[in-house]
Amino acid sequence: MALAEPPLGRTTAPTRPAPQKVWVERIPPIWWVLGLFLLTLPAYANDFILFQVFGWTFILGMIALSLMFLAGYGGMVSLIQMSVAAMAGYMVAIFGTSGIAAISMDLPWWLYIPIAILIAAIFGTIVGALAVRTEGIYTIMITLAIAAAFFYFTRQNYTIFNGYTGFNLVVPPQLFGIDWRQPVPFYYLTLGWAAISYGVVIYVSRAPFGLALQGIRDNPRRMAALGFNVTAHRVAAYTFASVIAALAGILLVWQNAQIAPGTAGIPAVIDILVIAVIGGIGRPIGPFVGALIYVLLRTFSPDVLLTFGLSGERFKLLIGLGFLALVFFSPDGVLGLWDRWRARQARRGDPLTGEKGE
Amino acid sequence: MRKSLVASAVAAAFMMPSGAMAQDSIKLGILVALEGAFAEGGADGVRNVELALQQAGFEAGGKKIEYVVAPSDTTPDTAVRQARKLIEQDGVDIIIGPLSGSEGIAMRDYAKTVPDKTIINGISGALETTWVDPAPNFFRFNLDGAQWGAGLGTYVVEEKGWNRVATVAADYSFGYTNFLGFAVDFCRAGGEIVERFWVPLGSSDFGGVIASLPDDVDAIYLGVGGTDAINFLNQYNQAGSETNLIGGTIMADQTVLTSRGRAKDALIGTPTSGPLASDDPSEAWQNYVKAYQEAFPEDERFPSPSLFGVGYYIATLAALQAINEVGGDLGDGQAALHEALSSNPLDTPLGTVELNENRQASGSVFITEVVDDGEGGLKNVFKARVDNVTQTLGMTPEEFRAMGLPSRDNPDCAALGGGG
Repeated sequence: MALAEPPLGRTTAPTRPAPQKVWVERIPPIWWVLGLFLLTLPAYANDFILFQVFGWTFILGMIALSLMFLAGYGGMVSLIQMSVAAMAGYMVAIFGTSGIAAISMDLPWWLYIPIAILIAAIFGTIVGALAVRTEGIYTIMITLAIAAAFFYFTRQNYTIFNGYTGFNLVVPPQLFGIDWRQPVPFYYLTLGWAAISYGVVIYVSRAPFGLALQGIRDNPRRMAALGFNVTAHRVAAYTFASVIAALAGILLVWQNAQIAPGTAGIPAVIDILVIAVIGGIGRPIGPFVGALIYVLLRTFSPDVLLTFGLSGERFKLLIGLGFLALVFFSPDGVLGLWDRWRARQARRGDPLTGEKGE
Repeated sequence: MRKSLVASAVAAAFMMPSGAMAQDSIKLGILVALEGAFAEGGADGVRNVELALQQAGFEAGGKKIEYVVAPSDTTPDTAVRQARKLIEQDGVDIIIGPLSGSEGIAMRDYAKTVPDKTIINGISGALETTWVDPAPNFFRFNLDGAQWGAGLGTYVVEEKGWNRVATVAADYSFGYTNFLGFAVDFCRAGGEIVERFWVPLGSSDFGGVIASLPDDVDAIYLGVGGTDAINFLNQYNQAGSETNLIGGTIMADQTVLTSRGRAKDALIGTPTSGPLASDDPSEAWQNYVKAYQEAFPEDERFPSPSLFGVGYYIATLAALQAINEVGGDLGDGQAALHEALSSNPLDTPLGTVELNENRQASGSVFITEVVDDGEGGLKNVFKARVDNVTQTLGMTPEEFRAMGLPSRDNPDCAALGGGG
């Protein structure tokens, strides 16, 4: 798949053909097919596939995308992204409307959504400011520690986060006369935000900020010598990633109609990393591929086991084996498999015409 | 070309309604925790659903009964996701479940979005599920957590003479609710609660709590369950503590009594209360235990059905009886089924159960004590039985409502006539 974003880690200097194409022509056909498929999906998929499978895929994909941005472009593996998303979800429940009338403030949507994103972004930025002083495994450790602290704090705090029970009956506002929690509107809502996040990440990765960030990833010393403020760039990357995670968190709380500490529990935090690794953190499409695989496994693995006459309660085994197999055969995720397959196809040439490559 | 073929094949797969249901069968969805602290109990729940269906020959109301299992991990998020899968993807007519308290509350809210389906509670015991704004299609044939605690307080005060207790209970809705049932009874009988500790569900380190337990109490009330209970007892033993214990309902369940290691021996002599006593002499119970033991090989079951198992068994019985009652007719948004569920008394291994106006059961609570069974194991022996425990614990609904919902600080022991 000739993806529309530059591959990472390779310094390609494409020699473009002289006549500049119109932007429409530059988008590879696979994107048109994919776009058309996703836009027309409600015509052939049932509500469950739309709301539960794809809605959840886009949401998890966005959270994993925020991790991919930090890990892929910034070289910082952060485990805080799920907590940032949950923070936004909590803020929606606290400033908006929920079943816990004693805490929720019932503000209008145009107020509580920006507040939620702002608070989540501040939270992510503070964590980022702490985490950027560390490298590699220590970044993972410190963000995991903060994520664990966030989980236990929400579970024990009753005055703000309502403890173990969390908030229920958190639903999207009825905008433009549409109930956004119905499967089809919700599908388009998540699709839209996922596409916007994807596009913005692509854009930022090519903008001066993104290029500087990738430079810092590859050689922070040299970038510092060139006059770039390394720390500021990294913290800003956290802020940017937090906004994406916050958007996903708001969608997540609307999808579940409730939020509780388990939403950002340690398993959920790790799942985001698993999703990003399965998909591949090389390119922004990876997290969405990983999320789709994760959701399909998560949703259907008990059925698969039962089909083979095994006990359905061992479904986690299937998820674990799938993950192990993937990491074993392709350390750079599904995208890595895909790239290698493409490379082999190109070497072998077209089976019909015998022409080599593209 | 090949890509578009794949795409259309995928599209075709999506279009196929996988919940395509034959007209002559009814599908049950079993929503049960198979991950986390209650995974063992959840697996027993599934076994008991199978048992009930086997006994009915997988038939009710002239229709074939099928079932699908949806595993959850005791978080409300997952419970609702799996419930949605059961109804939207697998096309089930009736959900049996969930297992834990917060899941129950989430399912109550979810039930309202699917008014033409039926949800029969598995064994979740949060009071709010059928007390605060209950859903018309959510039925609970087990007693709630507060009811399970009823009678124990009076028993420890009058029979044991334990008047001062400290409490350690799980910091979530079931922990509060089960504690409330005990505390209301205990305080009304004149007992005093010296200090309350709340521990998170799924914690493995209880050292801090154990160190700060007061010494000058007659007993410690333990309201934790599953692997948490085993961890607590291990550390309690290692700390050398020897105070009397009073068990919450899930403290001395089969999952704990059959665990390996000696830590559980600390439980010997501990009174607990709950909806069952494994040596209950009644014929219905004995027959049920026999059927359970015969249905599964010994290494694939508990010696006798666990609390979780009995809950799922009774819920399945309720579903089967109601389907028989309406002759398998689930038309008209299952209105007839809902009516049959709420109006007919159900004969269960635990005695006859009737639902009140909130579709919540009233029934019997059993007081048991843990003893050494002489073969290196532990068992609960039947001590007393309190019949007809209502949702409001014998208070009027107004009094009960005025007391407030279960929480860390509720009930107020002094206000009920006790101390502390």
